[in-house]
This record gives sequence, C-alpha cells and structure tokens, in this order.
Amino acid sequence: MTFDQNAFLIIFTATLIAISCGLLGVFMMLRKMSMTGDAISHAVLPGIVIGFFISGSQRGLEVIIGAGILGILATLIIDWLRKRARVQLDASIGITFTLLFAIGIILINLLAYKVDLDQECVLYGEIAYLPIDLWISNSGINFGPRIMWLAVLNLGLVLTFILLLYKELTITSFDESFSLVIGLPAGAINLALMSMVSYTTVSSFEAVGAILVVALLVVPPATAFLWTKKLVPLIQLTCILGLVISVVGYYLAYLMDSSIAGMIVAVSGVIFLGSAFIKSLQPKLKLGTSGV
Amino acid sequence: MEDFLYFFTFQDASIAFVVIGITLLGIGSAYVGTYSFLDKKALLGDAISHAVLPGICLGFILAGEKNPIYIVTGAFASGALATFLISWLRSKTKLSEDAIIASILSIFFGFGIVLLTVIQKSGNPEMAGLNQFIFGNAIAILEEDLYIYGGLALVIIIILTLFQKEFSLLVFNPDFGKAIGYPMESIRLIFNVLMILAVVIGIQAIGVVLMAALLITPGAAARFWTDRLGILLILAGAFSAVSGILGTYVSFVLPQMPTGPWVVVCLSLLALISFLFAPKKGVLSRFIARNAYLKKTHQDHLMKTLYKSMEEGRKFLTIDEIYQAFPHQSGKSINSIHRLIRKGLITKNLQVIILTDSGKSEAKRIVRLHRLWELYLNEYMNIAPDHVHDSAEKLEHLLTPELETLLEKRLNFPKLDPHQENIPRDHDDL
Repeated sequence: MTFDQNAFLIIFTATLIAISCGLLGVFMMLRKMSMTGDAISHAVLPGIVIGFFISGSQRGLEVIIGAGILGILATLIIDWLRKRARVQLDASIGITFTLLFAIGIILINLLAYKVDLDQECVLYGEIAYLPIDLWISNSGINFGPRIMWLAVLNLGLVLTFILLLYKELTITSFDESFSLVIGLPAGAINLALMSMVSYTTVSSFEAVGAILVVALLVVPPATAFLWTKKLVPLIQLTCILGLVISVVGYYLAYLMDSSIAGMIVAVSGVIFLGSAFIKSLQPKLKLGTSGV
Repeated sequence: MEDFLYFFTFQDASIAFVVIGITLLGIGSAYVGTYSFLDKKALLGDAISHAVLPGICLGFILAGEKNPIYIVTGAFASGALATFLISWLRSKTKLSEDAIIASILSIFFGFGIVLLTVIQKSGNPEMAGLNQFIFGNAIAILEEDLYIYGGLALVIIIILTLFQKEFSLLVFNPDFGKAIGYPMESIRLIFNVLMILAVVIGIQAIGVVLMAALLITPGAAARFWTDRLGILLILAGAFSAVSGILGTYVSFVLPQMPTGPWVVVCLSLLALISFLFAPKKGVLSRFIARNAYLKKTHQDHLMKTLYKSMEEGRKFLTIDEIYQAFPHQSGKSINSIHRLIRKGLITKNLQVIILTDSGKSEAKRIVRLHRLWELYLNEYMNIAPDHVHDSAEKLEHLLTPELETLLEKRLNFPKLDPHQENIPRDHDDL
C-alpha cells in the first residue's frame, strides 16, 4: 500500500484520541465509574449546542466551556440524586444522562436553523472529513488539520494531568478512605478527572462522536484488564490497543466504505470479545496440562 | 388550542392509534423497567437499547425495506446476544459489572453505526426511515406496525401481571425462590426476553439512545410514592403513559421534533417532582421532618437543663444561663424557649425561666428515659458507665411509652442510674 498522507493523518488523529481516552478510561474503570463516563459523554450535548449557539461556530472556546460545565453538572446531579434524594446509583446515572441528552436533542431541533450541527454528527462524528478541515492562520499559513491539533493538545493535557496526579489518582482509585485519611482531597481529584473526561469528550466528539468516545474510554482498558492486573502494564497495553484499533479500523472502514469511527469501535469490540474468549479457555488448558 | 382539541378528541383515527400504541408500550416498558430497577440492574436496559441497533440494520438489509417483522426479529436477536454476552462476561472475567455493560453497549452501537453507514452508502431510498430508530418518531408509526408493537406490549403486560409472584421472587429473593422449588433460571430467562421485547418495541417511538429512560425513570419516580409493588407498577405505568402522550402531542404540533426527547423530558420532570415533593421519601418532606426532629431534640435538651438545675436545688434559670448552657446557639435557644412557652411547658417572667407543672412532668420523662437507657446499657450490654451517655443522649428522644414500660419492668423499677443519679418518677417530689 502506498503512503497516503490523508490516511496517515486520520490514523494519527484517531490514535491520539484513542490513547487520551484510554488513559482516562483506565482510571475510570478502576473506580468502577465506566458508566459515569458513558453518562458524561451523553450529557455534554446540551453544553455543546449552547456553546455552539453563543459562539456561532464549532471552534469557539464557548463550546468547550459549555461542555465542561455540563460534564461537571452531570457528575454533580448524579451525586445529588444518589446522596440527597437517595436514588440508587444505576438509576441516577440513567435518569441524568437521558434527561440531559434529550434536552440537547431538543435544543438542536429548536435551533436547527441557526446552528449548523446535526444529530448524526454529534452521535457518530465523521473523522473522514478531517483532512479537508484545515487550520489556516490569519497570515495564510497552513498548519494542517484542525482536529488533529485539537487531539494533540488534548493528549498533551491528559498526559500532564496523569503525570502530575499519578500518585493521587492511583491512591484514590484503589482506596478512597485511605486517601482521605492521609489528607488527599478525593472529591476534588474525582471532579478533576470528570472534567478531563468532559473536555476529552468535547474535543473528540467532532471526530468520533459522543457515543463512540464511550467505547474508546471503556473497551481498550477493559481488554487490557483481561490480560494484566498491574497498573503500569495496564496503561501501556491500553495505549498499544489504541494504536492497533485505529490502524486496523481505518483500513477495514476503507475496504467496506463505512464509518471510520464505527469501525474502530467494532474492531476494538472483536479484540475485547476475542480476549475474553481466550481467557475463558485458559483455566481449562492449565488444568489439562498440570493434570494428575 | 385548535391543535390541542384536534389531538385530544381523537377525531383522526391515526392519532387515536398512535396514542393507544404509545400508551401500551409506555406501560409495558415501565412494568419491565420497574422490576429491573428493583433488581438494581437498571443500566442493563440501557445496554440492550443501544445493542439492538445492529439488529435493526441487519433486518433492514435482509428485508430491503422497513419491514416491522424483520426489524423486530433482528433487533430481538442482537438484544438477546448482548444480554447473553453480558452474563457470560460476568461469569468468566473479573471485570466489574459497569465496565462490562459499558463495553457491550458501545461495541454493539459501533457495529450498528458501521452497518448504518453501509446502508447509507448503498443509496436505498427507504433509508430515510431508519434514522428514526435513533431518536424515535411516534407519529410515523403506521397502523400495521402498531398491531405488532401494541400486541407485543400487551403480551408483556399480561405476562408480567399473571406471574407477578414469580417475578417479584426473582427481584427480591431469588435464593429463597430456588429453595422453595421455583425454576429461577427459567424465570430469569423469561424476564430477560420480556425486557428485550420491551426495548425492541419502544425503539420506534423513543429511539435507541433514550429508550433507557423509559425503562429506568418511571420506576425510580414511582418508588418515591409507595412501598407496595402493585401500586408501584400502576404508578410507573401511569407516569410513562402520560409522558408518552404528551411527547407524541409535541411532535404532532411541531413535526420536526422527534418524540423521544420530549417523552424523556416529561418523564424526568415527573421524576424530579417525585424526588422533591413526594411525602415521606421526598427531599422536601425529609428536610422538614429532619428540621422538626432537630427542633424537638433542642427543646428536650433545654428542658433537661432546667430539670437538672432543679435537682441542684435551684427553682429557675435566667436566660443568660441558658445561653451559656448551649454556647453559640442563642438563636436556636430563643426559638425553643418561645415554642416551649406556647406549649405551656415553661413560663418566662422577666429574664427568669421556670418549668410549669406539665413541664416538670415532661422534663422528668425525658430524664427518666435517658437514665433508664443508661442503666439498661450498663446492666444488659455490659457497657461501662462512662460510655453510655452518648447513646442515651440520642435514644431519649426516640423511646416510646411502650418501650419505657418494658425497660421499667426489665430493670425492675430502679431508683438509681449507673452514675448514682436519681431516676425521677411522676409522683416524686423535687
């Protein structure tokens, strides 16, 4: 296969997004908050629409701020429902994200004539248009695709966040009570993680869509967890998986002429289920060889 | 207004059909959803509703058009596969439940998107109808679709009503059910089938993404009003039927509006009202009850202070002394004094506060309960006398007259508590 610059750009961006999502996803999974990630990625929709409406374009800072606020709001509503109204956790997640997502869809329809944003784009994105959407400075210099730079920035922020707070994140993920006893603000760290997840959702939703961000948040860490239980290998494996699914997903989508983001998720799903299947066979194999 | 009358008088037969359909499927999914809510598996419904998308697309590809039978079968098959995979992963891997559900949900949705784009690129003119499955459009339900969807909803409602005992066993205590000889595995299987069916028939009206709300929200909202399963199911069904009809009305008046989001907003509004204002369990009534309790404890403590000063031989306390007894709570103390005066338990003369006769007997009762409980803890629980005060401080407000007589009998009408203080009775003098 010849070197195709567009293909390289798309795969490169997809990998960056998959790795940033995966890095956050590892900690979400360890905190048993995967569904909260799901909820946040649905719940940022009204924030995106409102930000979009105020700024008039997808590139506005308002969009990111709006989505960030909504993401944190969703976490707070879930918390409020659970602690104050005493609704059980799974139901409070379900109620919160469906309500916020519904409001988002209604807003899109209300502002349909003023906002150039359609439901499908928000849901499953279109990374294939990435090479056309260029970032050109005022003086006319072409820097390359805009979404790619967003993804680079996002990965940079996620990496800084995790490197700076690695110890805190680890402790609060595994033993929240202990972290509180030694004086770490577990609640604040949790909120910070949720803000990073909302920010990642926003900066990736154009490329892979709100719902497929969930897949990238959850599936690679879950797959890696099947193979290793140690934190550092878990993170490394998640990153490698992010690269593999992006490459394979892109070329399969190219062959079948389908949504790239959808295919990336489908590939990660096949790898996940395959790993689970192999892992479920292994105990039997071990029994067989070490038998009487 | 004209629209309103036109819609709600059902002059148009097709509107009547749609309303009947959405009511039936609303009630059906609320029934199933309430059970899975009580089973604490609410998010399973979310996973299933995302997971039916690839099945819908496959059904569409096979039929070449929007044939309801192909689509329902396809959706059912992929929903069943997802449910099976979730329970298989749960038994075979060490992944937490939410990670499994989130993975299966997004993987199936990803497959669905792939198939959807493949269909889109194939240029089939019938394609336009397929997007409705993502956000739902109840108005677009045709009469022939309705017989299938409505019929299935009726089947769900009837089965759940007939086998209420079996399904409540499954939800509340499956081990007990197994022990008394019910085939719990088969009951769970049937329940999962009903759940997938409910999702499948709801998709057309509500859409893949928001279907979870129709399963989770009615049950969660109704739970705030009642503790009885029968009433719970009826309330949940009513909530979801009302929201379904309102949502349909909105998308009838504003044709570009999808139904699903409006149904969900109506439902969530009902849920919010329940969370805030439901008697007993609502946030507001719990807040009021808590406040009333806090006021009562403060009044009790104030009376106790007055009583103890009487034990030390003083007939009264000045207001300043009461303030000192409760540092940093002077506002609260003033309120309590006013309330106690209104109840006729104390009198205030200039700056002097004196217990009335009924006040004395009430104060004696509180002190008696406090000391009885201390003695009980000391004698029967073998708790050291210096550790019993805190518990008694809380229980003195809660012990009922029945418990008091029991304690008196059990302790044989004692005279002294573990701190060698007198346990006051009504006929005692001070």
